[in-house]
Amino acid sequence: MRYSALRILKEGLTGNRGWQPVWREPEPKPEYDIVIIGGGGHGLSTAYYLAKEFGERSVAVLEKGWLGSGNIGRNTTIIRSNYLLEGNQPFYEFSLKLWEGLEQDFNYNAMVSQRGILNLCHSDPQRDAFVRRGNAMRLSGADAMVLGPDEIRRMCPYLDHENARFPITGALWQPRGGTVRHDAVAWGYARGADQRGVDIIQNCEVTGIDIKDGRCLGVETAKGPIKAKKVAMCAAGSSSRVAALAGMRLPIESHVLQAFVSEGLKPVLPGVITFGAGHFYVSQSDKGGLVFGGDIDGYNTYAQRGNLPVVEDVCEGGMAIMPMIGRARLLRMWGGVMDMSMDGSPFIDKTHVEGLYLNAGWCYGGFKATPASGYCYAHLLATGQPHETARSFRLDRFRQGAMIDEKGVGAQPNLH
Amino acid sequence: MIINHPLLGPRDAAEFVVLGDACLIDRPDGMNSASEEMHDYAYVRDNPAGEHRELWYHEQGDRSWLVVTRSTLTHDVIKVELARDVARARGRSR
Repeated sequence: MRYSALRILKEGLTGNRGWQPVWREPEPKPEYDIVIIGGGGHGLSTAYYLAKEFGERSVAVLEKGWLGSGNIGRNTTIIRSNYLLEGNQPFYEFSLKLWEGLEQDFNYNAMVSQRGILNLCHSDPQRDAFVRRGNAMRLSGADAMVLGPDEIRRMCPYLDHENARFPITGALWQPRGGTVRHDAVAWGYARGADQRGVDIIQNCEVTGIDIKDGRCLGVETAKGPIKAKKVAMCAAGSSSRVAALAGMRLPIESHVLQAFVSEGLKPVLPGVITFGAGHFYVSQSDKGGLVFGGDIDGYNTYAQRGNLPVVEDVCEGGMAIMPMIGRARLLRMWGGVMDMSMDGSPFIDKTHVEGLYLNAGWCYGGFKATPASGYCYAHLLATGQPHETARSFRLDRFRQGAMIDEKGVGAQPNLH
Repeated sequence: MIINHPLLGPRDAAEFVVLGDACLIDRPDGMNSASEEMHDYAYVRDNPAGEHRELWYHEQGDRSWLVVTRSTLTHDVIKVELARDVARARGRSR
């Protein structure tokens, strides 16, 4: 069923009796061409683009819990392409371009809202770094503008512009950045994939990966064995656990990132704002809540919850840049488990096992990458070649000395 | 999380900095070992779900290094040792 305004009108006049379930709930077949482990945002978008762009007809997505129960529903919904390094920026710009056409492409309202992202800076050297970053962004075809203090004051009068320690000296502004309704991304991709024949199988944990003579033959699951020509791991957050089923150890640690939402307020924030002297980012949801977050907790964990010191740290960051946030009450907070990689950048690559592929290591930047991650992973799975924007996301880049370390902090996952 | 420091007693985890897996104590000999061994030491981790031994540094306290055994599923702190003792028991240092 195609969604449209006409359809809503028709259903409204006929008692809403024509709506169908958005996807099927099939039992797994004994064999598929491609089995994707993980029914989150990246797994579902991979399945969607495999079916739509690369004509794959025999694809299954296996999800341990329910569809989109992981980080696709736990992030702060921000999309942007404001990276510096050549290995990253073209990929994220590709992703932002896919976001821009996504709703028309999969015929689903994901509430893509390009309300802009404002990265504040607080010193002259930081402004210089932002100018450099802005130039790198424009070289990749993205948009970027450096704003001065007066423009920021006009745009956001409520920020603490004259803070004694961290006065706002400028900002990097990307008007095409913004926010997206994150659950709808999972649902839209799932619906689009299902319509094109992809089997999405929920409550089906993968318990083993069958490997014989260096070749992947399929997976063992809670619903029995499934054969596959290609198996695609796509379970960021738990990538190490899935890869361990294939005897692999990854350059990844799992960490928790907390996110917060305040009570609903009248519209106040025009877009996304990030604090440059601490780690704090905030936007306002369409319901009115201020959605914000900061640093990861910093210790290995698979628990989807964090501890109080980080709550205090994030709130201090908020108070430093936007004192009015202190008047709002915190409504909810939660945590999501991140694949923190050794250089802060992801992996989309083949593994040493023939027919076994890896998509992992998204750190806390996985949401904005959802469309491009799926597209590039589908490209790799279908053609055997990496997509041109994802050529650097190799698993062996530490051996080659080709790290993509945006922050320049080295092999210390909790600092990225 | 409360870290039960062997010398100072119970301390808030916020006083510490986490380095990572305690396997970092077993650094290969850089002059003799194969590059593969150094690669695995520097970049590859077990990252288990469950019991995990890790190095914590008491930066806001006595600046000792500790080996904390902790559950990555529940955040329970199971055991705390001085990293010095652990390293010596493994034949590191003098």
